[in-house]
Amino acid sequence: MDIHEYQAKELLAAFGVPVPKGGVAYSAEQAVYRAAEIGGTRWVVKAQIHAGARGKAGGIRLCTSDVDVRQAAKDLLGKTLVTAQTGPEGLPVHRLLVEQALPIERELYVGLVLDRKRERIVVVAHPHGGMEIEEIAQQEPAAILREVVEPAVGMQAFQARELAFGLGLRPAQVTQAVTAILGAYRAFRELDATMVEFNPLVVTTDGQVLALDVKMSFDDNAMFRRPNVAELRDYAQEDPREAEAAEHGLNYVALDGDIGCIINGAGLAMATMDMIKHAGGEPANFLDIGGGASPDRVAAAFRLVLSDRKVKVVLVNVFAGINRCDWVAEGVVQAVRSVQAPVPIVVRLAGTNVQEGRRILKESGLPIVTADTLAEAAERAVAARNAVRAA
Amino acid sequence: MSILLDETTRVIIQGFTGDKGTFHAKEMIAYGTNVVGGVTPGKGGTTHLGRPVFNTVKEAVANTGATASLILVPAPFCADAIMEAADAGIRLVVTITDGVPAQDMMTVKRYLWRYPKERRTRLIGPNCAGVISAGKAMMGIMPGHIYTRGPVGVVTRSGTLGYEAAAQMQALGIGITTSVGIGGDPINGSSFVDILALFERDPETEAVMMIGEIGGPQEADAAVFVKEHMTKPVIGYVAGLTAPKGRRMGHAGAIISAFGDTAAEKAEIMRSAGLIVAPSPAELGATVAQALARAPSRRVVVQR
Repeated sequence: MDIHEYQAKELLAAFGVPVPKGGVAYSAEQAVYRAAEIGGTRWVVKAQIHAGARGKAGGIRLCTSDVDVRQAAKDLLGKTLVTAQTGPEGLPVHRLLVEQALPIERELYVGLVLDRKRERIVVVAHPHGGMEIEEIAQQEPAAILREVVEPAVGMQAFQARELAFGLGLRPAQVTQAVTAILGAYRAFRELDATMVEFNPLVVTTDGQVLALDVKMSFDDNAMFRRPNVAELRDYAQEDPREAEAAEHGLNYVALDGDIGCIINGAGLAMATMDMIKHAGGEPANFLDIGGGASPDRVAAAFRLVLSDRKVKVVLVNVFAGINRCDWVAEGVVQAVRSVQAPVPIVVRLAGTNVQEGRRILKESGLPIVTADTLAEAAERAVAARNAVRAA
Repeated sequence: MSILLDETTRVIIQGFTGDKGTFHAKEMIAYGTNVVGGVTPGKGGTTHLGRPVFNTVKEAVANTGATASLILVPAPFCADAIMEAADAGIRLVVTITDGVPAQDMMTVKRYLWRYPKERRTRLIGPNCAGVISAGKAMMGIMPGHIYTRGPVGVVTRSGTLGYEAAAQMQALGIGITTSVGIGGDPINGSSFVDILALFERDPETEAVMMIGEIGGPQEADAAVFVKEHMTKPVIGYVAGLTAPKGRRMGHAGAIISAFGDTAAEKAEIMRSAGLIVAPSPAELGATVAQALARAPSRRVVVQR
């Protein structure tokens, strides 16, 4: 789960991470009020979306008067911002962060991630901020500093000091950077983050060290014990179909193709999509209905898949392990009747009681194409898609 | 022979008396698994499915001599259950539960290292279908009837894709020694390498099928291990060719976030390390059949 920059800054500030003075605004009036509250004569107005590369896309405006702030807020609010990281559809701007603009001497990179290979939290730092860490890793891998944290004792101050001195900070700045890094580590652990990034961490011309832009991502599996983080979720930043899927306990990811997929199990879902591609088609979505495959679930899955107008055919692939194919078949038949699918449907059942399941599909009188194997299912789905296209 | 588990292994179930525990315990017993009891805190002293229930894993071990535990407790209590089993001296823990927080797994893995190697617990999962030694015993939620006894070891991240592979192999008359689900989480108990090493040492296993997916370094690590340490043929597949970058495909660990995370990159790494990569997920069984035909009776048994 991702959150907005202003939310991440509020969370991190509570762990002692120094951030610029600022606040959230939902309207132009509120933005002007925030600017007055912050004081000074220079502010930045930053569009809040769940993606980076906002500056180049015009999503971050430097302002030198309240008129400027009002105008920037009016320009950005309600707009769909397309950046290098959003994809061509962009993301809607409903909130702004208004902050004091600071004179910057240096920009640095500091990121904390849960490293899958080491199975530890790793703190990564680099003397040049502002770039994506993937770019840094390709261009200047030798300059990357790393500290691996021992989970039994947590991050130690000396590790943060080694990073700060390694970044070439002066002693007075090192103390501030250590506070920021240790605070980020504590937030990572105590809020079940999967990533915390300061990009950039800046040194101002008057020697302050501040997290100028921050990103935080969280472990969905841990949100049951972090209600204060879970409530920060902004559904406006997510695909509405994916949000609806989550409500039904389904796992859905929208893709670009036209063959809708309803499958049990994440691995089998990915493999079925691979098979569609192998047969010359493109999947419209990833959808794992999980173990149950009850009629309600299957019906919800059909509605979800069919709400994507690109879908020309639906492929159902269920390997009934604990389930029985006859139950799954009944679920499919009920679901197809209730949603009155306007597209061809290909169903492949395998596992326990498969003959019984196929008989139920056949006797339903519904125009369902059945398949015995994974290969057959994909080929028939692609053939049905081609027939629809030709018609 | 088989790896990890056979019909003599004494198995307990943590979360024994719950709906899931009851259902899967019955299936496991029907398959021939030596289930000797279970643990549900607060229900110690009672009997369930004709077997004793204990309050703690230590009591269960003391009274039944159990060496293996299947964990079916809800995700918030999973890390605690694994560490309790490890502390009680259980040698094999299989965790089915999906949704365990990643930082809990980080702590669990660190905790397991506190015990000396000769009594350290081997953890399988979480978020997996479990372990089955065909025709002998199972600790998991898989449909037992799709596994025939035979010479191929299977190790897979995905449950249902593992079933697909087993069913394809069964249709071609190819049997399995043991099938191990290592699970779809970013931090898991045992990696592909851990399980491949066991199959390499198992005299009955003649070839191994490994089924990976997008995300993480474990498939690439496994490819290097196969190249450097394995004499038996390994057939590979990596699911998720069509997965976009940065999106979680169902499994918590199935996300392309770094170089080498994509299915195509992993398949290429496997190929260059000498694995036989199945051209599509519909040809998992057929590719195993070809590999077995190419390497007839290639038994590398070290007799002592």
